[in-house]
Amino acid sequence: MKIVYFAWVREKTGISEEVLEKLPDNVKTVADLIEWQKLRGSGFTDAFSDPKIIRVAINQEYSSQDHPIEANDEIAFFPPVTGGR
Amino acid sequence: MIKIQQKNFDVKAELEALKGNNHSIGGICSFIGLVREMAENKKLSAMTLEQYPGMTEKVIKKIENEALQRWSLHSTLIIHRFGRLKPGEQIVLVAAASAHREVTFEACHFLIDFLKTRAPFWKLEETQDGNSWVAARDSDETAVANWKHPKQV
Repeated sequence: MKIVYFAWVREKTGISEEVLEKLPDNVKTVADLIEWQKLRGSGFTDAFSDPKIIRVAINQEYSSQDHPIEANDEIAFFPPVTGGR
Repeated sequence: MIKIQQKNFDVKAELEALKGNNHSIGGICSFIGLVREMAENKKLSAMTLEQYPGMTEKVIKKIENEALQRWSLHSTLIIHRFGRLKPGEQIVLVAAASAHREVTFEACHFLIDFLKTRAPFWKLEETQDGNSWVAARDSDETAVANWKHPKQV
């Protein structure tokens, strides 16, 4: 599973992308993945402390946090977008 | 037509290209977004736009397709820059070409409203107080919601 991070989520976690090979069996949805991320250490705990403000895309499509995740998904975590002007 | 690029764009040349040799076009409406010097009450020295390469194009393509379905347009153009930009620099160009003017105004407005709330861009502002990420505004979501309940045209 490829995970990508943008904006302050990237800054707080300290990485822009990574590949996760083995996730615990109970990590089945985006929300589960967020809970798991919180346990990874200070930067991750801080970045994911308030899941409500985290936006998610699965395979480059916006997704809700109750969406199931698959081993070969590309999952992105980022703040609400601010394009245009 | 969609272009996501770091480099600046020449509005006149881009609009010429949009027009081409199509003499059935009666009007083109365009919107140019610029880096504003004031961020809240602070003076901005620069702004960095981060994007999600790949997803940006996909999302904007959907927005463009929706505009093309919704209005009778000849063509549309969306150029969005990323990277570090200074106050006064151009960020975004949106244009819509059609036989008649009304639809070009509406389509242009629609495109920029949706870019703002759907395209995966994030802005980091640099001021004398340091760097800070721009938060999304509720008013932008309201603008998009209004397009879902359009007035009859």
